[in-house]
Amino acid sequence: MELDGDHEDGADGSGVKDSSLHVVTPGEVITNDTAFMRGHGTYIENEKVVSSVAGVVDRVNKLISVRPLHTRYTGEIGDVVVGRITEVAQKRWKVDVSARQDAILMLSSINLPGGVQRRKQESDELQMRSFFMEGDLVVAEVQAFFGDGAYSLHTRSLKYGKLRNGSFISVPPALVQRCKSHFHSLACGVDVILGLNGYIWVSAHVPQNLDEIDTELVYSNKNKDITPRDRESIARVGNCIRALADEFIFINDTIISFAYE
Amino acid sequence: MSRAELLSPEGLRIDGRRPAELRKITSTTCVLSQADGSAYLEHGNTKVLAAVYGPREARHRALVLHDRAILNVELNVAPFSTGERRRRSKNDKRLLEMASFVKQTFEPVVIATLYPRSQIDIYLQVIQHDGGTLQACINATTMALIDAGIAMTDYVCACTAGWVEREAAIDLNYIEESSDTSEVTIAMLPKSSKITLTQMESRLHVDKLEEVFRLAGEGCKQMYEVMDKTIRDRAEDLARKMAV
Repeated sequence: MELDGDHEDGADGSGVKDSSLHVVTPGEVITNDTAFMRGHGTYIENEKVVSSVAGVVDRVNKLISVRPLHTRYTGEIGDVVVGRITEVAQKRWKVDVSARQDAILMLSSINLPGGVQRRKQESDELQMRSFFMEGDLVVAEVQAFFGDGAYSLHTRSLKYGKLRNGSFISVPPALVQRCKSHFHSLACGVDVILGLNGYIWVSAHVPQNLDEIDTELVYSNKNKDITPRDRESIARVGNCIRALADEFIFINDTIISFAYE
Repeated sequence: MSRAELLSPEGLRIDGRRPAELRKITSTTCVLSQADGSAYLEHGNTKVLAAVYGPREARHRALVLHDRAILNVELNVAPFSTGERRRRSKNDKRLLEMASFVKQTFEPVVIATLYPRSQIDIYLQVIQHDGGTLQACINATTMALIDAGIAMTDYVCACTAGWVEREAAIDLNYIEESSDTSEVTIAMLPKSSKITLTQMESRLHVDKLEEVFRLAGEGCKQMYEVMDKTIRDRAEDLARKMAV
């Protein structure tokens, strides 16, 4: 179920969408009632709750907030995100996840090749580029926040890690809903990873048997050979996703399959 | 070059407008898919494109503020924008000055404390220059910032005003600006009528000051109506699409 309800949660609870959408613009007074608490997207001036962004008003009991329509990704702990490495620093990588600040992937948060439980050594710190280089794409999970709001990511699971054999698409983050799994395998032989930050990875299907994954090859940079038919499927799925994003339709695996047919 | 009559005996200006009339305004938001927010604004023949990126990771670590976002404005005037083709360098003093005006105008309005350690980049491109560039830049920036979802206390509406022959007039075009009129640009928050920028380079007699300012204030309110309508229409449109 969507966490941030995309219909106004009014006292009537009917969730009727069209007529009850309360759109506000910056500087517009939402309410004069001092009983309400203010949430995101608002500020208080002279005891009035005023909107600071253009968006839809969300009222949950006594909390009023405004959801802007275009915004950068703001994440929760446990979100699956796709990001691009922008910088290799001392014992960490900086990852661009289309948020306010680059996220941080610590060396201690990745699986080192040669076994999941292998201990970190000095030499690992010196050859960080052999794991992730600038420009690589990774799928990771948000582990925690730093004090200044930057996300800390981890790839401590065999389904996370470096991405290959596919292509990258960027959509507005608001269109990707939270669901049980973000790794989908479509009927046409294409895998889709929906990052909650709006970054999506479409790739050729790799039969995943978790017991047999060769941990030595987790950080390889070689793509496998992809047939032209697979490439066409990948491109077609990519175009479906772009078309859905242009029309501001929520993106999940069922709707992508539906658009593909 | 014969001096054109700026104000006809009937009270019409050189382009047929009344003194207190704004030019035709066209505005659209979300014109650039890559930017977080963007807007395209036309004041008659003056055309400006604004793109906002942010809040995002700051480029120069040394400039990062730990408790708020920094604002960075870059203004670029296309060489084909004026009557005579002229290439301006990026470090042209005039452009840097205008960019710093825009930055100072928005610093008190954008709630930067919500975005610590990040940077908000504003890129302005003047495509056609027919007077009132600063006002168009400020208005386009307002719309682009709202489109990007950056929190602001209010809209910032800007309007030029000046004394044309015997009357105060608003929204001066290029011909009026380049002749002997004094021109002032005002940026105002419409809800509270607070002014964030006043800019004037020529000389204006103090007796005429009040009238010019009053007219500029009214022009700003009119700008607000137009900009708000565009933003609201788009917001309602998007909200309806996403609620489905």
